[in-house]
Amino acid sequence: MANAPKFADVKVGDEIPKIVMPPISRHQLALYCGGSGDHNPIHVDIDFAKKFGFKDVFAHGMLSMAFLGRVVTGWVPQSQVRGLGTRFTSITWVGDVITVSGKVTAKREQGGEKVVDLEVKCTNQNGQDTLQGHATVALA
Amino acid sequence: MLDKKHIGHKFNAFTTTVEAGKIRLFCKAIGEENEIYSDEKAAKAAGYRAIPAPPTFLTAVTNDDPDKGGLLRLLNVDIGLILHGEQHYEYLAPVHVGDRITCQSQVMDIYDKKGGALWFVVSETSLKNDAGKDVAKARGVTVVRNPNAGKA
Repeated sequence: MANAPKFADVKVGDEIPKIVMPPISRHQLALYCGGSGDHNPIHVDIDFAKKFGFKDVFAHGMLSMAFLGRVVTGWVPQSQVRGLGTRFTSITWVGDVITVSGKVTAKREQGGEKVVDLEVKCTNQNGQDTLQGHATVALA
Repeated sequence: MLDKKHIGHKFNAFTTTVEAGKIRLFCKAIGEENEIYSDEKAAKAAGYRAIPAPPTFLTAVTNDDPDKGGLLRLLNVDIGLILHGEQHYEYLAPVHVGDRITCQSQVMDIYDKKGGALWFVVSETSLKNDAGKDVAKARGVTVVRNPNAGKA
């Protein structure tokens, strides 16, 4: 990534480029079921979801966390990612349009490297945060 | 609803190999089109020794447990009652296609909120490569809904 950000050029409060995902589809949940090895039927089998009190299947939290990973690796090469974490704050339903965003919250040193901390989140089409996360990346 | 005696329980370690085809499927599901995740030449050109595992692909690595579902069996919880509360990864060394990763999980805490309507199970997993080096630490919080809370 030739244009990876440099530590000196980054300021607290800077926003990183957003991603707007296509609407969550049932097909995507089936692919993620296989790709992630999370075979919980609640994400792909509507009969099972209804039996447990849900109106429909819903997205794996980890699918949305993968979107957080994408927004971070869209900004810096993956080899510079030191940490990624999130709270899952509300359910993501089929059809939801998720916007993934991030901004710099701190600049510091860790383990002899210059790192920046990011707040990263997923927000649905109603403006509700579905994931509230954080990332730490090393910058040259 | 959940028994706190399981705090500290260690699950059997297992070893799995990071596969290119699994990463391709994972990337298709998440809409990741960067060719470093599908083309070894592109990965090498970008400075990786092989195709790297995307940051949250570690969930697929830890889900490759031959004793899958061990936490739910330990706690005697139906899979339809769980939600994912939190997940955190600390990345300590790169993980690439072909790497053999050994995963070891442990229950760190169990607690309830809302008068037992929701239970929280905190678990941590260490991921090591064949050289015995830690490549990542994972910490997850599983939320268990208790549909019988408040019913006598």
